[in-house]
Amino acid sequence: MSNVLAVLEQRDGALRKVSLEVITGARRLADALGGTVDALVLSAGSVTGVDQVGAIGADTVTTATNAGFARYAPEGFARAIADRAKGGGYGAVVLAATATGKDLAPRVAARLGAAFGADVTDLGVENGAVIATRPVYAGKAQLKVKLAGTPVVLSLRPNVFTPVRSPKAGIAQTVAVPGDAGRVVVREIKAAPAGSLDVAEASIVVSGGRGLKEPANFALLEQLVAAFGGKAALGASRAVVDAGWRPHGDQVGQTGKTVSPSLYVAVGISGAIQHLAGMRTAKCIVAINKDKDAPIFKVADYGIVGDLFEIVPKLTEEIGKLQQ
Amino acid sequence: MKIAVCIKRVADSETRVKIAADGTSLDEAGVKFILNPYDEFAVEEALKRKEAAGAGEVVAVAVGGASTQETIRTALAMGVDRGVLLQADTGAADPLAVARALAAELKGGGYDLILLGKAAIDDAHQAVGPMTAELLDLPCVTAITKLEIAGTSGTAEREIEGGVEVVAFPLPAVLTCDKGLNEPRYPALKGIMAAKKKPLETKPFQGSGGGLQVLGMTLPPERQEGKIVGEGAVAVPELVRLLREEAKVL
Repeated sequence: MSNVLAVLEQRDGALRKVSLEVITGARRLADALGGTVDALVLSAGSVTGVDQVGAIGADTVTTATNAGFARYAPEGFARAIADRAKGGGYGAVVLAATATGKDLAPRVAARLGAAFGADVTDLGVENGAVIATRPVYAGKAQLKVKLAGTPVVLSLRPNVFTPVRSPKAGIAQTVAVPGDAGRVVVREIKAAPAGSLDVAEASIVVSGGRGLKEPANFALLEQLVAAFGGKAALGASRAVVDAGWRPHGDQVGQTGKTVSPSLYVAVGISGAIQHLAGMRTAKCIVAINKDKDAPIFKVADYGIVGDLFEIVPKLTEEIGKLQQ
Repeated sequence: MKIAVCIKRVADSETRVKIAADGTSLDEAGVKFILNPYDEFAVEEALKRKEAAGAGEVVAVAVGGASTQETIRTALAMGVDRGVLLQADTGAADPLAVARALAAELKGGGYDLILLGKAAIDDAHQAVGPMTAELLDLPCVTAITKLEIAGTSGTAEREIEGGVEVVAFPLPAVLTCDKGLNEPRYPALKGIMAAKKKPLETKPFQGSGGGLQVLGMTLPPERQEGKIVGEGAVAVPELVRLLREEAKVL
């Protein structure tokens, strides 16, 4: 009951980077419990990158294949993971709280009748029980929770568990998963336009609010995003998403996405509590606003008061110079 | 078309979180409570689907304390036909316990669709929908932003990192709803009046524990107030210097 099953993610036959974070979280748990980390990746065929997971702490890595596993297959994946968790007598099953993991982890927990800790930012073992920290109210508070029974299921928030070197054997094997992939079928993946990053994944986020005055003015922010050279994504406040100026997937805040980039630039955003909840864990926050009393300046590391229509183009120019 | 919508009463997103004396939960004094914003998309979708079908019933089911009746009345005012409150004063913080109670209530109800919000904006497990589906052995698609139904086949879209998945599933099914799926209606005065007379049944919550125990709630460290670098575009070069040399983020 001291071994940990780490569920990795692949897309198009390549291991996703977040999988290394899952192994690091699982390793921490396994070390505290005195067990091994067995990694599991579900796929239609071989997965590139599985040879790297031994170096960061996987004792074994199993590629479980089924012809229906080329894309995410919710029911087939959940069944395969739950069967393996039961069969292997694991103490914990660890996944990533990605779009896929958020869908998959609760299914696995329900199948196992297991305690579930979602979107975990810290974990450990106290008196033999798994303890986790997880944000609530979009990060306005955090809970410390105890997960009783075995196994327990945890999903880890991306970009929190930094992969560390912890060399283990990483013995690889492939097994076939019998049966079909389930009733729910991903027919197609429509890729986002090339070069566009998701706000939740970008290391720099530039967000705009009502101060932009009209949708067309977001072109100014798009130019600033472009000046950062592929590292930045464009975000938005709830006000401009609700007004239909920007797509809902761009919204940062309690009813949108929670982001933790290294740099967050808030342009023409006053700083409502629900917005601050979604970006307060950014490493560095810059605010540009014409109102010197705007609440955004209370959380910003650096602020410039003034007309964004003059400040943003100048910032784009200066950032552009740095990239050359 | 018979549709169940599972809803939750949550603290408004503008709430400043203070911790209650028990050290494990929100201090509810002065807090405004609302129908969970993602559940509004579920209610709207249920009403639209029933209207399009021309016949059917939409039932709102909630787990929570007695005050959750108000939240159910809000859904009734939007147009839901009747409500069921599974009244729980404790135990509703564990998603598996909630899913077990919902599954027991919904089982055998003949629902074509069971809709929920993608997440509750308070504890945000994003788990009750898919857990309920597993317990009922129903197909489930989570965080949908688009839905098409033809007969007993459905197609939904859900956002993933760097793209959108197009997902096919058979009905009956459990779906969780994300922002973008629709524009929730506001309850009209007529609806608010009618809601007072609609049936609202209260039953005891019977969700057995899922093993999750809250040990404590803490507030994150306050961010230190930073500095105003200057006014207008002339302050930009100094800002860029600080980002490079002091914050080291460029």
